[in-house]
Amino acid sequence: MNENWIQVGRVDDIPRQGARVITTAAGEIAVFRTVDDEIFALRDKCPHKGGPLSQGIVHGKKVACPLHDWKINLDTGLAVAPDVGCAARYPVRVEDGRVSLSLTPEDGCPNR
Amino acid sequence: MARMKLVLVGNGMAGMRTLEELLKAAPDLYDITVFGDEPHPNYNRIMLSPVLAGEQTVEQIVLNSRDWYAEHGITLHTGMRVTKIDRKNRCVEADDGQGGKTHADYDRLLLATGSKSFILPIPGADLPGVIGFRDIADVDAMISASGQFKHAVVIGGGLLGLEAANGLKLRGMDVSVVHIAPWLLERQMDEPSARLLQKNLEAKGLNFLLQKQTAELVRGESGRVCALKFKDGDSVPADLVVMAVGIRPNTALAESAGLQCNRGLVVNDTMQTFDPRIYAVGECVNHRGIAYGLVAPLFEQAKVCANHLAEHGVARYQGSMTSTKLKVTGIDLFSAGNFMGGEGMEEIVFQDVGRGSYKKLVLKDNKLAGAVLYGDTLDGAWYFELMRDATDVTDFRDKLLFGRHHVGDSGAGGGLGDEISRVMALPDTTEICGCNGVCKGDIIKAVREKKLFTLDEVRAHTKASGSCGSCTGLVETILAATAGGDYSTAPSKKPLCGCTEHSHDEIRAAILKDTLKTMPETMRALGWKTPDGCTKCRPALNYYLLCAWPTEYLDDAQSRYINERAHGNIQKDGTFSVVPRMWGGLTNPKELRAIADVAEKFNVPEVKVTGGQRIDLFGVKKEDLPAMWKDLSDAGFVSGHAYGKALRTVKTCVGSDWCRFGTQDSTGLGVKLEQMTWGSWTPHKYKMAVSGCPRNCAEATIKDFGVVCVDSGYELHVGGNGGIKVRVTDLLCKVETEAQVMEYCAAFTQLYREEAHYLERTAPWVERVGLSHIKARVVEDETNRKILAERFLISQKPAQVDPWKERADGGQKHEFTPMAALA
Ligand code: SRM
Ligand SMILES: Cc1cc2nc3c(=O)[nH]c(=O)nc-3n(C[C@H](O)[C@H](O)[C@H](O)COP(=O)(O)OP(=O)(O)OC[C@H]3O[C@@H](n4cnc5c(N)ncnc54)[C@H](O)[C@@H]3O)c2cc1C
Ligand code: SF4
Ligand code: FES
Repeated sequence: MNENWIQVGRVDDIPRQGARVITTAAGEIAVFRTVDDEIFALRDKCPHKGGPLSQGIVHGKKVACPLHDWKINLDTGLAVAPDVGCAARYPVRVEDGRVSLSLTPEDGCPNR
Repeated sequence: MARMKLVLVGNGMAGMRTLEELLKAAPDLYDITVFGDEPHPNYNRIMLSPVLAGEQTVEQIVLNSRDWYAEHGITLHTGMRVTKIDRKNRCVEADDGQGGKTHADYDRLLLATGSKSFILPIPGADLPGVIGFRDIADVDAMISASGQFKHAVVIGGGLLGLEAANGLKLRGMDVSVVHIAPWLLERQMDEPSARLLQKNLEAKGLNFLLQKQTAELVRGESGRVCALKFKDGDSVPADLVVMAVGIRPNTALAESAGLQCNRGLVVNDTMQTFDPRIYAVGECVNHRGIAYGLVAPLFEQAKVCANHLAEHGVARYQGSMTSTKLKVTGIDLFSAGNFMGGEGMEEIVFQDVGRGSYKKLVLKDNKLAGAVLYGDTLDGAWYFELMRDATDVTDFRDKLLFGRHHVGDSGAGGGLGDEISRVMALPDTTEICGCNGVCKGDIIKAVREKKLFTLDEVRAHTKASGSCGSCTGLVETILAATAGGDYSTAPSKKPLCGCTEHSHDEIRAAILKDTLKTMPETMRALGWKTPDGCTKCRPALNYYLLCAWPTEYLDDAQSRYINERAHGNIQKDGTFSVVPRMWGGLTNPKELRAIADVAEKFNVPEVKVTGGQRIDLFGVKKEDLPAMWKDLSDAGFVSGHAYGKALRTVKTCVGSDWCRFGTQDSTGLGVKLEQMTWGSWTPHKYKMAVSGCPRNCAEATIKDFGVVCVDSGYELHVGGNGGIKVRVTDLLCKVETEAQVMEYCAAFTQLYREEAHYLERTAPWVERVGLSHIKARVVEDETNRKILAERFLISQKPAQVDPWKERADGGQKHEFTPMAALA
C-alpha cells in the first residue's frame, strides 16, 4: 500500500540525535535520526498537547517532547508509560543515504 | 474469543467515569457502545456554572472528546435517546428525534441517565422562557436571554439557584432569587452563615425574596413569560425564569423496562439493578434509600461498578458522606454533616462579621458531627476527615476551631495565614479533591515523579481540581510547596539519573581528574548504562564539560534543550520569543526604533516589557528567527539569553545620577556587571541586580547576586530568587569599590558554576553547601578569589560570541529550515 515513496533529503541533512521537519499539505512530519543512524518519521505533534516533537531531545529510540517532557518511542509512536497516547508513524526507508517517506501514515494511531 | 458487548445509556459524568475506570481495569473485555441524548460528548456538568458566569467556555469543559471515544474504540451515538430496553432479547432501541432508530445488543447494560430539573407544577410552567438548569442547552438559553431581556428570576436559593443567579447577574441581567425558606441554602448552612452569604451576594447585586412562594407564571403579549405571581399577591417582572428547586432521578426508561424504581432506580451494593445484567450508577440511582446529587459519591459508585463489570467482583459501595461547596468566584463556603446541632450536641462557634468569616463545629460524644465554614474554608478538608474517621477530638478540642496547624506542636508550623505550612502539615491521606477522591499524597507523588509544574499538568495527571475546581487553591499550594521544595532538597549523594550510578559531584570530579573531554568518552569511562544518555544527563554533561574545558570543548547542540538550541523560548504553540539584551535595563530611541522596525517587519503579534527590564517579542515563527536576529544584530543588539541556563538580566535602578536618595551609580555598575558576565553558561539561570540605596528598587535581595549600594560602598548579597519558592539573599560581605564588586561577582559566579549541580539555582546551592563555605572561598581567601575570578574571565572569552549573529550568518541552518516542503 505504501508505494508512493517521496524523497525528502539525505540522512546527513538530519543531525545525529536530532530531527528535521517535513512540511506537507496535511501538516508537519518529523524525521528523526538516532545516535546509530536509524531513521524514523512521526507526526510532529505530541499526543499530550500537540507539542512539536521535532524540537525535542532524541535519546536512544525516544524523543522527549519540548513542552512538558513526555517521552515518545520513535519506533512505535507510543508515549512511554504511564503517559498514554501516540503520534502516527510514517513509513521511511533509506537507500544510498537518501531518505524517502510515504505520506500515508500507518494504521493504529488517530493522532495522524 | 469474541468480546462481550456493553451498552451505556447516558453519556454523562457517572456513566463515563465508570467506563474510564473499566478501561483501566480491563481494556479489552468489551465492545462498548454509548448512547447520549445530548448532542455533545461527555462534559463536566459541574462547570456549567462557570460557563454561565463567562469564566469558562463549553470547549474547556469537555471531559472526553470525540477523539477519545475513537481512540478507545467506543461507538458513540450523540443526540440519540434510548427509548426501549428489550430485556428478553438483550437489546436497546434509540431514537434520534426525527424518527431514525438505532439498535444495539448487549451482554451487560449500564444505565446512567442522571436526573432532570424538577419543574414546579404551577400555571405557566410550560411557557417559553421558563427553564431548568441542567445542561448546555439550558445555559445556551440563559445566555441568549441575557442578551435580549432584562429581568431574570431564579426560583430556589440552593446551590444551583445561587450559581445560576450569579451567572445571570454577571451576564448583565437584573436577578431576583425567590426562596421559600427563611434563609438561603438552608440544607447546607445555618442562619448566621447564610446571612453573611446573603450580604455578600447582595453586594454583588443580587436581589433576594425570601419566604416567598410562587403561585403562577404570567404569560406576556409575545407569548413568553413576563412576570411571577406569589401566593401573597405580590408579583415581579420576569423575562426569564430559572427553576432550581430540585432534581428528580431520571428513571422513565428503567421503569418502562420493568426495573424496580422508587425515588431512583434501585441498586444493591454492587450497583446491580434487579436484572443482574443491568447495572446503574449516578443520580438516577437509589442506593440504600439515597439518591446522591454530587459527583464525589457518584464517582465512588463508578469505581465499584467498573470493578464488577471488569469481573473482579470484590468492591462494595456502602454509601457516601458528602460535603458542599458553592462555586461562586470570591465566595468560600464549606459545609458537611449535621451542622444544625440539636439534642445531645454541642456547638463551637467563631464569628467575625467584619471580616466576613464564620465557623461552626458541631460535636457529638466528643466527635465532630458537622461543620459550616464561611470565608476561610482551608480547614474544611481536615474537618471532613475527622468526621469521616469519627476521630475523638477530646485532646485538642480547645484548638479545634483554629484549624489543623494549631494542633500538635503548634508554634513549630508557620503562623496564621502561612497557607503553605498549613497545607503541608496535612497528612498524605487527606483528601484534597473531593470530586475525584484525590489525596494529598497522590498529588505530591505525581508532581515529583512527573515533574509537574502547572495546575493543568496536575489536573491532567491526577484529575485533582479538574471537576468543580473548588480545591484549586489547595492543589496550587501543594504544587508550589512540592515543586519548590524539590529545588532545595537536591540530595548530594544521588545518581545524576537512571543512566549512571554516579552523583553529580563524582562526575564533575572525574571529568577533571581523568581529563575527560567529550561526552562519549565520559559516558564510556564512567560506565553509562544507556547508549546515549537521556534528557537529564546529556544537558548536564554538556554543561559540566563546557565548564571544565571552556576553551576546548565543542558544545553539543543535540544535548541542549530546544530553547538553548534555538536561542529563544519555545511557546505553547511552537513559536518562539525573542529578547534582545538591554544592558542594565538601559535603552535609547535608536534601539527602541530598531526593535519597533523588527516587530513590524516580522509581524510580531505581541511586544511586552518583561519582568527583567527589557523587551520581549512574542510569537515569532522559527523560520523567521535568523533573519530577525540579523536585523537586531545590525542594530547592535546581542542575544539576551532569556531562554538559557545562563546570565539572564542585571536589573538596575536609576541610582545617584537622578535619584535623590541614590548613593552610587547603580545603573552604570549594572551595565558593567552585565558586560562582564553575559554569555556565560551557568548550572541554572542566573540573575543579578544593583540597587542604588537600601530602598532596593531593583529587588537586589532576591537575586542570585545582588548589590545594594550604601554611602560607604556596596553590600553584596547572594543566593536569592523570586519564583516558586522565594528566597531572600544572604549577605556575603561589604566592599568599598566598584572594582571589588566586579572581582567578587566574577569569583562568586565561577564558584557557583564549578560547584553547583546542573539545574540547581544559587538559592538551593547556598543552602546545601552553606554560606560559610562560600565565604571561605570568596571572601576570606583572597588568592582563591583572584583565581576564581581569573578562571571566570577566561571562560568568558569564548562565551561572549553572540549566538544570534552566528546563526544570522548561517550557523546551524538546519535548525531553522524544513528538510523538505511537500505540497
Ligand atoms: C518573559 C518573562 C515574563 C515577563 O513577561 O516578564 C518570563 C518568562 C518565563 N519565565 Fe520567568 N520570566 C520573566 C521573569 C521572571 C522573574 C522576574 C525577574 O527576573 O526579576 C522571575 C522571578 C525571579 C527569579 O527568577 O528569581 C521569574 C521566575 C521564573 C521561574 C521560577 C524560578 C525559580 O527559581 O523558582 C521559572 C521556572 C524555571 O526557571 O524553571 C520561570 C520560567 C519562565 C519561562 C521560561 C517558562 C518556560 O519554561 O517556558 C517563561 C517563558 C515565557 C515564554 O514563552 O517566553 N520564570 N521569571 C520574564 C523575562 C525576563 C527577562 O527579561 O529575561
Ligand atoms: C449547574 C450544575 C452545577 C453543579 N455543580 C456541582 C458541584 O459543584 N459539585 C458536585 O458534586 N455536583 C454538582 N452538580 C451535580 C453533578 O453535575 C451531577 O451530580 C452529575 O453530573 C450527575 O452525573 P450523572 O452521570 O448521574 O448524570 P448526568 O451527568 O446528568 O448524565 C446523564 C446523561 O444521560 C443522558 N440521558 C438521560 N436519559 C437518556 C436516554 N434515555 N438516552 C440517552 N441519554 C440519556 C442525559 O441527557 C445526560 O447527558 C451540578 C449540576 C449542575 C446542573
Ligand atoms: S511567564 Fe512566568 S509567571 Fe507567566 S505563565 Fe509563564 S512561567 Fe508562569
Ligand atoms: S505537549 Fe508534549 S508533553 Fe505536553
